[in-house]
Amino acid sequence: MATKQGSAHKKLPKLNRAFQLKLEVRSHPTFLCVVRGALEPLMESLGFSGEENRAIIRGVDEAVSNIMRHSYKSCPDNAIELRCNRLDRRSNGRAEYGVEILLYDCGPAVDTTKIEPRPLDEIRPGGLGLHIIRGSMDTVEYKRAGKLNRLRLVKYARGSKGGFGCPEETSE
Amino acid sequence: MNISARRIDQATILDVSGNIDMSNSPEVRKALLQEIRSKRAPRVVVNLSSVDYIDSSGVASLIEGLKASRESGARLVLFGLNESAREVLKISRLLKLFEIYDNEAQAIAS
Repeated sequence: MATKQGSAHKKLPKLNRAFQLKLEVRSHPTFLCVVRGALEPLMESLGFSGEENRAIIRGVDEAVSNIMRHSYKSCPDNAIELRCNRLDRRSNGRAEYGVEILLYDCGPAVDTTKIEPRPLDEIRPGGLGLHIIRGSMDTVEYKRAGKLNRLRLVKYARGSKGGFGCPEETSE
Repeated sequence: MNISARRIDQATILDVSGNIDMSNSPEVRKALLQEIRSKRAPRVVVNLSSVDYIDSSGVASLIEGLKASRESGARLVLFGLNESAREVLKISRLLKLFEIYDNEAQAIAS
């Protein structure tokens, strides 16, 4: 019995330690709340403050909305993949922790020269999404990866003291 | 998301609850424009105290309502914004554009 369990366990792919979550949703706007609902408890468990958590959810939500609206032109039956990895770095001798969120879609390549947020002094509806993404995240990077669009969003925690170490990692 | 209207004196209160995002923001826009343009409400007060989340499309609906109210000589007032709603308006530099109050009594008395 133990042998069977052991062999079954070996079939699972070994995950990168930084890996936290992988989620694939349809490009239908009703799935926006699913993305937000998945991220909120995860970011909380990773140790982000309430304000940082809201910023991450806001940035990702706006990015996924942009994919639905612009990359897929509001066609609701395409796939959007979200991957979430934990980040560690040292900055000025201090350990900093963060999260990297990668969003993949199969839409046409984005012409980055045409992506410019509108001036905020114009009072009109629309065009705020990119401002909100940039204002909420520390890093926003677009890359064409083969036939996929990849948007990389990064947010670092400010002054967080814990929550990032999983038990199996800290015990080693 | 749910949205309903009630009247107090000259003010129409729109009570909104739930999350406002791309999936339902057109309903907010429709309700606002109906009160302002079709029903000619002189003052529309949007109660956001039960709104947990609002995205850029929801903000765009509020901007459309504000523009319509200015065109028709009406007033659009917001109250009950949580931290998330205030933050999204702040990032969009719209906090000072809207009349925002903490509660319904202040919004109606304004």
